[in-house]
Amino acid sequence: MTDPLVTVENLVIGATTDAGRHVEIIKGVSFEIAPGEIVALIGESGSGKTTIALSLMGHARSGCRIEGGRIRLDRSEITAMTEAERARLRGTEVSYVPQSAAAAFNPSKRIMDQVIEISAIHALMPRAEAEAKAVELFRALALPEPEVIGARYPHQVSGGQLQRLSAAMALIGDPKLVIFDEPTTALDVTTQIEVLRAFKSVMQQGGISGVYVSHDLAVVAQIADRIIVLRGGEVQEVGGTEQILKAPQHPYTRDLLAAFEPVPHQPLSAAEAAAGILRPKPVLKVQDLCAGYGHVSKGEPRAKVLKNVSFTLERGRNLGVIGESGSGKSTLARAIAGILPPYRGTALFDGTELRPDLRNRSKEQLRRLQIVFQLADTALNPNHSIGSILARPLTFYEGLRGKAREARVIELLDMVHLPASLRHRLPGELSGGQKQRVNLARALAASPELILCDEITSALDTVVAAAILELLKELQRELNLSYMFISHDLSTVEAICDDVLVMYKGAVVEALPAARMSREAQHPYSRLLISSVPQLDTGWLTGLEQDPELVAQFARR
Amino acid sequence: MSPSLLPWFLVVQRLGIALLTLVIVSFAVFFATELLPGDVAEILLGQAATPEAVAGLRAAMGLDEPALSRFVGWLVGLAQGDLGTSYVNNMEVVELIAGRLGNSLRLAGVTTLLSVPVALSLGIGAAMYRGSLFDRMVSVLTISVISVPEFMVATLAVLIFAVWLDWLPALSYGADVSSIGAMLKAYAMPVITLSCVISAQMIRMTRAAVIETLNTPYVEMALLKGASRRRMVLIHALPNALGPIANAVALSVSYLVGGVIIVETIFNYPGVAKLMVDAVSTRDLPLIQSCAMIFCVSYLSLITLADLIAILSNPRLR
Repeated sequence: MTDPLVTVENLVIGATTDAGRHVEIIKGVSFEIAPGEIVALIGESGSGKTTIALSLMGHARSGCRIEGGRIRLDRSEITAMTEAERARLRGTEVSYVPQSAAAAFNPSKRIMDQVIEISAIHALMPRAEAEAKAVELFRALALPEPEVIGARYPHQVSGGQLQRLSAAMALIGDPKLVIFDEPTTALDVTTQIEVLRAFKSVMQQGGISGVYVSHDLAVVAQIADRIIVLRGGEVQEVGGTEQILKAPQHPYTRDLLAAFEPVPHQPLSAAEAAAGILRPKPVLKVQDLCAGYGHVSKGEPRAKVLKNVSFTLERGRNLGVIGESGSGKSTLARAIAGILPPYRGTALFDGTELRPDLRNRSKEQLRRLQIVFQLADTALNPNHSIGSILARPLTFYEGLRGKAREARVIELLDMVHLPASLRHRLPGELSGGQKQRVNLARALAASPELILCDEITSALDTVVAAAILELLKELQRELNLSYMFISHDLSTVEAICDDVLVMYKGAVVEALPAARMSREAQHPYSRLLISSVPQLDTGWLTGLEQDPELVAQFARR
Repeated sequence: MSPSLLPWFLVVQRLGIALLTLVIVSFAVFFATELLPGDVAEILLGQAATPEAVAGLRAAMGLDEPALSRFVGWLVGLAQGDLGTSYVNNMEVVELIAGRLGNSLRLAGVTTLLSVPVALSLGIGAAMYRGSLFDRMVSVLTISVISVPEFMVATLAVLIFAVWLDWLPALSYGADVSSIGAMLKAYAMPVITLSCVISAQMIRMTRAAVIETLNTPYVEMALLKGASRRRMVLIHALPNALGPIANAVALSVSYLVGGVIIVETIFNYPGVAKLMVDAVSTRDLPLIQSCAMIFCVSYLSLITLADLIAILSNPRLR
């Protein structure tokens, strides 16, 4: 076996918290990377995967410090180097592809200047030569108009293109190792495929080693040779990609894989329905709903987002809304909730019409229809205790005060499986999953009949998200709720919904039962969307064949 | 709207808002002055004047007309380029102001030329080496300068440089300005005092704006490309911090036209600020109004300029 390109031995990285406490976030990690090999670092948020990846560049984010162990890259002892020596390696020996290219590109500089900056910093080659090389890379990464795309500003190209441009930026200095930090997480699935393909082919052609940081096993399966499973700053398991997927040894790896298995949703049993408790009766009936943003003239806003959306949601059932960013799914929830008053069309709640603007709705109507937002971080006031966050709707809708209100807050926390003592804490002291539970409990405080869930599991780790879905199902059984569940993630929708609406550019292109979604989708866009979801199979990307015409028509690459 | 027209639309919109602000400010100043006890007729005639004499003078000056019609009359005059005549000494307001405005602008100009480059370099330097000894020294310095009132700085400066050391003339105006050296001497103390007052704010805002952009992912990206600290700050952070910095500079500099009354008084410097305070004490409305308009115009043009820089430095708005 040839000498490894990278050797990490017993790496320890420590951090000082805001309170001045010292914690070890990486606790003695060791691994090697062979030349030309792509190794994936897999784990949930807080597992230390990005911290380890950045340490390979000799960089620790503010507050963190490499405290022990050694990192060797080729012939350089990174841990023994000064900052100036490390800076000389960055871009030339090891380079970085960021999670969000949109944030990692300087908004006030042209793309070309940023792509060839590495060659300017390290004086690798004359500018004209660097630009020619950049155009070569743009072509290799299948970017449109490779000769002129560099003259644009970052906001003038799409997210998927920007992500590929950031790969060109990383490759311009001919590095031996490229670090990919969740490079496709922020992308739509149809876009992700093209980006993954581009990455894979340039890495293979150049024989470059890679570190691929991700939480998504299915994505990693397409690109990595080996997988390192991390948790809490420690290695749980190391193995070839096939072995990890097919024969995981460590229980934690099995948990991660299990969270991937689709759990088919069981609609309410026929017996329950027959018992007459739940006669199919629409709780929400939406007809030709149109909504948009911007200046309103002649009764129509300038940017029309929703176009004649119609559907019916029966009591006790769940409706999934899927689509990619910009498809109008969140706008649909906002229009139904009355936050963004629709300019045309009607929404009937339990047979009565809802006024477009929520300010004109009765308190009772407001109570029965609740909305839960994607980011609990921004939806919960950071200066209010959990108790007072939950108390507000109780006072508003039911006029509860004092002891009775306190008892109800504790009951609500219990419903979402949180300890009663949590009510004295602030949102900032809770984990992401706990915050999302509080966010949900606040909606439950109104004793609603329908909850609009807007991407409520998207920002959560897979295992945590699975637990939230379980909770939603349990609450539905106990409280006879209906959900409208908005998500870009098809497996989440499959796990909880009875029916699915597929949205594209503000219109519903197809409505069908969730259980038969994968097999029976008819509309070409639905089929493209479904076929773009990565599978836990190393050969999936290579074997995937999509109709190029369909892709050109629907995917914004 | 086509993208190339958007910045111009923004500029025209800004100018329109500025004009509206001017009208509102003149209205507010006019009626605030009306609310003051006493009027120019009483003050001109002194305490011994009989009510009949005061009433007669009022009628002669046109002060017995309703306030609103006087305001509209003045506004119409202004629109035609006529600032009116002073109530107190019957001189054209334009003449009264012309010389004083020149003085004020000269002082403001010299102070700006000195303080802006110094403040920006100190602010950027402090952000670049955040947490270092240099940064902490700059922070302590700016906070102490902010907390010391300007009359204190001015008085101390006079005491030390003019009285004890006898290096500089205590009075700036009328001093010998025949050579560059003499002019520097004459302006040194007011300029240093004013620089202390306005620099502190600019240093702190610049430091904060640069630090904020230094924490963005694109600056971390530059670090991971091997960029030096100087490159990260000057090439990546600074262009994106230009908007807030330009606004901080505009706010500070606009203070130099109208807000320098204390410095003008201590160094006996005949500027517009002193002219306006004198006008208020005699209730000389046309003069007050005109001074207020000058302050307002200079403030608004500086702020609009800052907004313009912010728009032009941002490719998404350009």
